[in-house]
Amino acid sequence: MTPLDAKRPLQLNDQGQLRHFLSLDGLPRELLTEILDTADSFLEVGARAVKKVPLLRGKTVCNVFFENSTRTRTTFELAAQRLSADVISLNVSTSSTSKGETLFDTLRNLEAMAADMFVVRHSDSGAAHFIAEHVCPEVAVINGGDGRHAHPTQGMLDMLTIRRHKGSFENLSVAIVGDILHSRVARSDMLALKALGCPDIRVIGPKTLIPVGIEQYGVKVYTDLSEGLKDVDVVIMLRLQRERMAGGLLPSEGEFYRLFGLTTARLAGAKPDAIVMHPGPINRGVEIESAVADGSHSVILNQVTYGIAVRMAVLSMAMSGQNTQRQLDQENAL
Amino acid sequence: MSLPDPSALIRQMAVDLRAHLARRQIESPRFIGIRTGGVWVAQALQDALHDDSPLGTLDVSFYRDDFSQNGLHPQVRPSELPFEIEGQHLVLIDDVLMSGRTIRAALNELFDYGRPASVTLVCLLDLDAGELPIRPDVVGASLPLAAEQRIKLTGPAPLALERQDLTTASAH
Repeated sequence: MTPLDAKRPLQLNDQGQLRHFLSLDGLPRELLTEILDTADSFLEVGARAVKKVPLLRGKTVCNVFFENSTRTRTTFELAAQRLSADVISLNVSTSSTSKGETLFDTLRNLEAMAADMFVVRHSDSGAAHFIAEHVCPEVAVINGGDGRHAHPTQGMLDMLTIRRHKGSFENLSVAIVGDILHSRVARSDMLALKALGCPDIRVIGPKTLIPVGIEQYGVKVYTDLSEGLKDVDVVIMLRLQRERMAGGLLPSEGEFYRLFGLTTARLAGAKPDAIVMHPGPINRGVEIESAVADGSHSVILNQVTYGIAVRMAVLSMAMSGQNTQRQLDQENAL
Repeated sequence: MSLPDPSALIRQMAVDLRAHLARRQIESPRFIGIRTGGVWVAQALQDALHDDSPLGTLDVSFYRDDFSQNGLHPQVRPSELPFEIEGQHLVLIDDVLMSGRTIRAALNELFDYGRPASVTLVCLLDLDAGELPIRPDVVGASLPLAAEQRIKLTGPAPLALERQDLTTASAH
């Protein structure tokens, strides 16, 4: 197999199956579809009286969060628990690193705990990739969000949400609205939508929050919300990332809401059956009106449910890919 | 040695199953097929019994004991059980019984839905590899099989049995 980019050989095994999950960049449509199909099956498990399957029994999943998160961490914990894995969660930002321990030292300590899988969130782009490169080979690394780079499980749960509500991607218009510049969610969504064959991907936001050269993702740029929302099937709102904003990019939050906040009136320009998504946590009255967030078009809470199923799919597929690679290595060593 | 015709086996299995259920005094059991071949056999069996109750389907991929060797099945589908399991008499149907590991996985999965009153195991073929203490209550035919051979059911229409030789084909 010829690698398409530097990330591809690292996150796939010799048979092209996932062994880490770091980025959607370069992943083929078939693999993304397999993740969605597997997640659909896990969604059924989540609806049972006993919401647990024995797939990862005896495995240890370690959530290493160098950056705060509630939803992503808890849904990863639930996903691992529903696969019968043992789970530990570490908030490294509040422990070792503040005592001067390096990323390497933290990693070696976690390895010594014999974890089979790391779920990593870090404020630096490329952190999960770095850890996957340096961790011992049979440990799977899942990216739970790295800097502005990628949030691949969020991307896939957004795709599952769209597929479950719209059936397929072939005839859809999808708008991603807000702070595109700082958003790893936007990047993962654009890559996934493109790979899954969505023909009309729009990004909408103020010029200062749209990265230069974004057209390479195959998207159309709009700086006017009403124009961009016209006849779309799906609206993905992004959180205004106030903590990442160094200043000078926006006049004020009030100004942002006036121009780019999703209100009932603005949503009326989209298709009548359009769905509204948001990765959370939502800033009511900053990027989205409460009436829209809680309204009939909103599927924001469904996304949380789908997120658990997608994370179960990714955890089990990566563990499966690691097992297969270990077998291949053993056969080759004979 | 030629392989039997599944349709003929299923006709006799319907007779045997009716007698078995009568002996156990089980009325209106719930039918569950194990994906994929077991679902086809279950449908044919229900037709032969003129039973139009909803058929449950199980995908045991999440419960298999060979995950660490063989990994996750790439075409896993949701299990669908359109009825309660708790307190019900179940008829669990599979195509080929060999090691018994699929049935063990299926029983584990069923018990995550509830506690059935009883489970009757029905298999089209029993190859009797005897790795686990699991035997069918109703069986179409028992065949001895050489170690490197497998038998696969193709379908759904028509159902046919196919012999596979592991020395020439891969295990999947």
